[in-house]
Amino acid sequence: MKTAVVTFPASNCDRDMFDALEKITGTKPYAIWHQDTEMPDVDLIALPGGFSFGDYLRCGAMAARSPAMELVMAHANRGGNVIGICNGFQVLTEMGLLPGVLMRNRSLKFVCKNVNLKVENNTSTFTNAYQRNQNIEIPVAHHDGNYFAAPNVLKKLESNKQVAFRYVDDNNEPTEGANPNGSQNNIAGITNKAGNILGMMPHPERFIEEVQGGTDGRGFFESIINSLK
Amino acid sequence: MTNSNWNNKVTITKEMVKEHGLSDGEHKLMIKILGRAPTLTELGIFSVMWSEHCSYKSSKLHLKTLPTKAPWVIHGPGENAGVIDIGDNQAAIFKMESHNHPSYIEPYQGAATGVGGILRDVFTMGARPIANMNALRFGSPKHHKTRHLLSGVVEGIGGYGNCVGVPTVGGETNFHPSYNGNILVNAMTVGLADQDKIFLSAAAGVGNPVIYVGSKTGRDGIHGATMASAEFTEDSEEKRPTVQVGDPFTEKLLIEACLELMSTDMVVAIQDMGAAGLTSSSVEMASGGGVGFALNLDMVPQREQGMTPYEMMLSESQERMLVVLKPDRIEEAKAIFVKWDLDFAVIGEITAKGNLTLSFKGEIVADIPTQPLADNSPEYDRPWVKTEPPETIDLKNITVPDNLGETMLTMLGSAALSSRAWIWQQYDNQVMADTIQMPGGDAAVVRVHNTEKALAISTDCTPRYCFADPVEGAKQAVAETWRNITAVGATPMAITDCLNFGNPERPDIMGQFVGAIQGIKEACTVLNYPVISGNVSLYNETNGIGIHPTPAIGGVGLLKDSSKMVNIAPKREGDVIILIGQSKGHISCSQYLSIIEESEEGPPPPVNLNLEKKNGNFVRRHILAGNITACHDISDGGLFIALAEMAMASKKGIDVVLNEGDIPLFAYGFGEDQARYIISTSSSLADIILDAAVKSRVKAEKIGIVRGDSLDIKDCFTLKVTDLLDAHMSWMPNYMSIEA
Repeated sequence: MKTAVVTFPASNCDRDMFDALEKITGTKPYAIWHQDTEMPDVDLIALPGGFSFGDYLRCGAMAARSPAMELVMAHANRGGNVIGICNGFQVLTEMGLLPGVLMRNRSLKFVCKNVNLKVENNTSTFTNAYQRNQNIEIPVAHHDGNYFAAPNVLKKLESNKQVAFRYVDDNNEPTEGANPNGSQNNIAGITNKAGNILGMMPHPERFIEEVQGGTDGRGFFESIINSLK
Repeated sequence: MTNSNWNNKVTITKEMVKEHGLSDGEHKLMIKILGRAPTLTELGIFSVMWSEHCSYKSSKLHLKTLPTKAPWVIHGPGENAGVIDIGDNQAAIFKMESHNHPSYIEPYQGAATGVGGILRDVFTMGARPIANMNALRFGSPKHHKTRHLLSGVVEGIGGYGNCVGVPTVGGETNFHPSYNGNILVNAMTVGLADQDKIFLSAAAGVGNPVIYVGSKTGRDGIHGATMASAEFTEDSEEKRPTVQVGDPFTEKLLIEACLELMSTDMVVAIQDMGAAGLTSSSVEMASGGGVGFALNLDMVPQREQGMTPYEMMLSESQERMLVVLKPDRIEEAKAIFVKWDLDFAVIGEITAKGNLTLSFKGEIVADIPTQPLADNSPEYDRPWVKTEPPETIDLKNITVPDNLGETMLTMLGSAALSSRAWIWQQYDNQVMADTIQMPGGDAAVVRVHNTEKALAISTDCTPRYCFADPVEGAKQAVAETWRNITAVGATPMAITDCLNFGNPERPDIMGQFVGAIQGIKEACTVLNYPVISGNVSLYNETNGIGIHPTPAIGGVGLLKDSSKMVNIAPKREGDVIILIGQSKGHISCSQYLSIIEESEEGPPPPVNLNLEKKNGNFVRRHILAGNITACHDISDGGLFIALAEMAMASKKGIDVVLNEGDIPLFAYGFGEDQARYIISTSSSLADIILDAAVKSRVKAEKIGIVRGDSLDIKDCFTLKVTDLLDAHMSWMPNYMSIEA
């Protein structure tokens, strides 16, 4: 699988994404600078976490308008796979590639901890290596992960099965206590309707080796590899 | 004092000298060095360079006595940060620094810029920062400002560290009324560099260009270093404008741009602009290299209009660096900073005459010989009196609690011992994906990227001990970091110290300082654990009341094979719990006494450094041999609290049978004797460890088995682990949810 990671000023999970992709795919990703005007032919573009442009103005707002985003948009419109993790998710909503917005956490505080996620369906490009309803553990670390969408949008997300991951407790229930940021319907990650674009707040790239505390993030990347077979 | 009415040649009066915090003697010395009266700009420069904060005038006589050498020390104190050899041509670079006064005045910005400043100290040497730590002291939880300060400081540390993408992996937080008017915010950064790519600040090469990079200069933080060298009074909050404002976004760009620049061969010397900004950076670079700097202040990137030379030289605007480049490399270097959207300006060049010569609008506004400015700064042997350690308290005078189970829950749910998860969940502790031991254990552990190696880091100090006996207290602080690093399986290598004390002009306070230095010296010598960097923060007083002496220690250790690391959580049912070390029931000056009896009487537990070494080396050997499944050092709250922490970490019960002899059980359980660990091991290996302990003359006894869902101390109490967790986890969230 050929991949590319886009770095914006003050991206800070770009190296983690780079390493995770290289370890799992066996191939070094292309490093794309936000001002680049050429994109190699790749199977996946990743927008990493961080604080692009300092989160000034709105999280992801300025990154969404970077020159390289036109290339990402073209890739997405051709049906190419795009993932946005954390700040990358915020960028995807700012670009209009995914619906809804990420508001400030309900606690108004940054939250970093390991959370349980339920894999809502295992037929998507990004989840097929998991079991359906599998309870996986992945870290979150964000200040603005409180997913919000208008009622009709939310309804469509649910009925189209675009919710990829939901925050749940140990019993796989989407309780309020299990939700780290107050997101609607405990949403942790969604796809677009076509299923080639995913945004999620948790960081699968941080959980790919046992020594990091868990390996539940591997399935996410392995799913993408499977989908290309 | 804007440009229009600014007069550099104004006659300097005695009042002006006094306002600048210089004594009569220092005034005379300044005139002697210059050979004439100073200009206003020169007075400003002398005042910050000779402030306590920059000159260490009260402390350097004593600091010189600390052990700073070992075969693995590459650079000790004197550089921006200390450097140790961690093998394979790699080096760990670290330092801890205080940002106390600004954090009390404006907690968010004070703490944020504290983190920013210590990060720059580390990456200016060519290191990529890989971990941040902190040591925080707040006033009593009952004090009306504590919530506001705690909330602001934590948000500031997180706001800065999270954005720059360096994990904040641990730290410690204490509450005590002695910090009511003067909190302590000590921040530590650990970085990683190749040994042949370490950059120093000493400038060289007459004619080489001096470059300013980073943010523009504004009027923020003028006289910050002088503020940090005076006591607080009631009107200190009017000093808010002297607090700097941080911009972590720019810092992140500056890290990337500087590391990119330093990966080339263009850089001769580089120095961050920290306390006293452009003044201290240029003086240190010039005097360190035995050269002069001629700077044209008109070229300094400025954020505000009409700034005077005085303001530019004293500004503490953040996220700025000074670089000396090789000749003819300016355009190449500039391209890097343009890419990262940062200012880049040639502001001067190196001269053969050893002076700092400043020009502004065609006039020379300052011309100071740098060597005497930096090196002939005053050094005081301030009078001091020894702190007499108190008498040991008589156990008979303490009421024996009739329900130790209740006492246990009270202790676990106290401000002092409750979980700090509320704090560390606001810090990104996993970014960089190399954190392999999270906050909550004995030491934080981060992998050395793409290697089997890892660094273990711990910050510790028990101010209660240091107040009672500065010598033993400081020894204990060093020993506790050593023990925490040992408890994860790492070998302790070196420390950084952040010495927070009151007014050194008072002999009792100076005595605390001298005592603490003696304790650190003894501990570091015996443990072969040198001091490689540090910081002194004096005048931590408000209205004449000093803080508890707080020599915060940051230790770093190396784990060559990170797969051998252990944490505090026992792994399997049936594992055997073994207590290492001697328990004598030392309840004087303990957490138990402080929480239950609201007393801090008596001396701290004595630290037997040779015993520390023997017990610690034994434990580490068995961790590395794979014989130990979990390990926890025993510190605040003693054996009972350590057992509870292990049970909570694993969410498993432990059945314990104690052999307390004739020591009252509460003292045995909550006593804070040093050089102790609790380990867990599989039942098949327990006898091997116990036999080995006999051979090594290490006291070790089997005290329990991992079993069930309760911490069960035979004939004492049985508490469900879920109840322990409820008590332990709830104090801080509840406390912080109440409006002050």
